[in-house]
Amino acid sequence: MVGNMPVIDTAKCNLCGLCVSICKCGILVMEDDKVKVVGSVDCERCTKWCNACELVCPTGAITCPFEIVLEDSRD
Amino acid sequence: MAVNQDSIKNLPYFSGLEGPALDAVSRHFFEKKAVRGDILVFEGAPAEVLYFVVIGVVKVFKTSADGKEQILRIIRPGDSFNDVPVLGGVNLASAAAMGDTVLNGIKKKELEAVSKEYPQIALNIINVLSQRVQEMVELVEDLSFRNVSGRVAKILLEHIGDGGGENPRLTQQEMAAMIGTAREMVGRSFRTLEEEGAIRIERNRIVITDKSALKRIAGIIE
Repeated sequence: MVGNMPVIDTAKCNLCGLCVSICKCGILVMEDDKVKVVGSVDCERCTKWCNACELVCPTGAITCPFEIVLEDSRD
Repeated sequence: MAVNQDSIKNLPYFSGLEGPALDAVSRHFFEKKAVRGDILVFEGAPAEVLYFVVIGVVKVFKTSADGKEQILRIIRPGDSFNDVPVLGGVNLASAAAMGDTVLNGIKKKELEAVSKEYPQIALNIINVLSQRVQEMVELVEDLSFRNVSGRVAKILLEHIGDGGGENPRLTQQEMAAMIGTAREMVGRSFRTLEEEGAIRIERNRIVITDKSALKRIAGIIE
């Protein structure tokens, strides 16, 4: 499902590997000279966007976008 | 490509137009597609086209000499960008697609021609420009008078989606660029808002659990 995993812009990625090394749940791997997202979209270890990959990326190539929703219609 | 006249009539620029006026405008419209990250307008370049978002979301932003980004506006379907410069001058800011995007565009010289022929369009343009000035004043107010948590709270309230994926998905970096702060400060504000019970952070979602509390933190008087 689109949006349930970090988004990688391969054009910006300089293959430094920092995101792969910092990812706590191991869903980021370096394969064929590309950083790829692997694993289930329901990865139980990734209960929150930890944003570590986004924070360490020196080129802004990897992002963890949030959708903003209301819990209910109560106002 | 033919552009739906009903969708043109719903744009603030062309509201109130009927018959020949609408035909004249729609003849000049063209379609453009983009994907996330595509730069649609470059700051400092001559302004040639007025764009309307049909599908997707576009950010309008300025970049400092050291690469820091300040997002000025987030443009959703039915709204326009490049309004001010297309009426004279160069692009004041850059614009980029935040996802798969479809735009309609009308060239500057053709917009000028139809607005001379149909004065209603000129009146509509004045209303749009008035709205842009109000938005800029609000941005100055936010940057001057709200603390970071208050600004984050306001951003969250302004970008509530229905879970259907129509609204833009925002990264911490994009939120930081919208409110003129560092990404780490946005993360800290999330924790503050969570401690206040206003939001709950889930994986790839920010759930607003208490909208009234969030409004209070944002300084919005109900």
